[in-house]
Amino acid sequence: MASNRWEWFHRWGSPKWYYQKSSVWTPWLAVLSVVLLGTGLVWGLAFAPEDVKQGNSYRIIFLHVPAAFLALAGYYIMAIAGAIGLIWRMKLSFIAMRAAAPLGALLTFISLFTGAVWGKPTWGTYWVWDARITSMLILFFLYLGVIVLTDAFVRKDSGDKAGAILALVGTVNIPIIYKSVDWWNSLHQPATIKLTSAPSMDASMWYPLLLCILGMYAFYFFLLLRSIRTRVVEQDKSKAWVKEIL
Amino acid sequence: MYFDSFAEFINMGGHGPYVWAAYGVTFVSFVIYLAAQRRARKEVERKIRNRIRRELNR
Repeated sequence: MASNRWEWFHRWGSPKWYYQKSSVWTPWLAVLSVVLLGTGLVWGLAFAPEDVKQGNSYRIIFLHVPAAFLALAGYYIMAIAGAIGLIWRMKLSFIAMRAAAPLGALLTFISLFTGAVWGKPTWGTYWVWDARITSMLILFFLYLGVIVLTDAFVRKDSGDKAGAILALVGTVNIPIIYKSVDWWNSLHQPATIKLTSAPSMDASMWYPLLLCILGMYAFYFFLLLRSIRTRVVEQDKSKAWVKEIL
Repeated sequence: MYFDSFAEFINMGGHGPYVWAAYGVTFVSFVIYLAAQRRARKEVERKIRNRIRRELNR
């Protein structure tokens, strides 16, 4: 059993194996994200009812919440990939960490932007220095920090290690983001969706939101796997398997 | 369809500019990211192909 697990682990670390497997997965993820996001967004924009308090501005939720989910999940992925790279010196893991940084920054930007244009009609302002919003801005700078730091070294493995350490240190920000709406008085509304209780939202709004969240997960992994594929080919540029596929 | 007309759908009861700005910027961001990803991929492939060609000519 244990030996099987190690075999699996080593295969996972093999760039060639990753490249072959991911060429099967990425088309499915593409189909899944188009179907789920397409259905969810059209449903949310055109068919879901208006919110009693917020009017139609609440329709931004169908982008804002999925983007924020993935901005946070993407940080876990980046930090865990960095940790695995540090502990087991797995190159593929550092590649995943490097690929997750710009993608996470993009999703954090989208959640900040969609939040700002939702804030204007709802709170009367695009921006407040509120705990939730400020900690999300810090998340954005942490992603940028990892991008800059990994590229700041001549030796690639020094950049890998420095980036991974910053990513791990930055994880202290994650529980702050989650708890910010409970710990501080905030303009930001508390979580609509909790694992421990039913969503505080009507089914006619909750179903399209669920589709959008699942779709955004699929789209995130589609983009991440594709980015890793390019980086894997670049890393193994002198290997025989790369010459074969080109 | 929740809205009575297409014009109402675009207007979103006055919230149209906010909603469409959110959707537009998100869409454009993803398109830019996908284009950058594609360009990076092509660039890596081009470099490797050039190197293989040089090795073959030597």
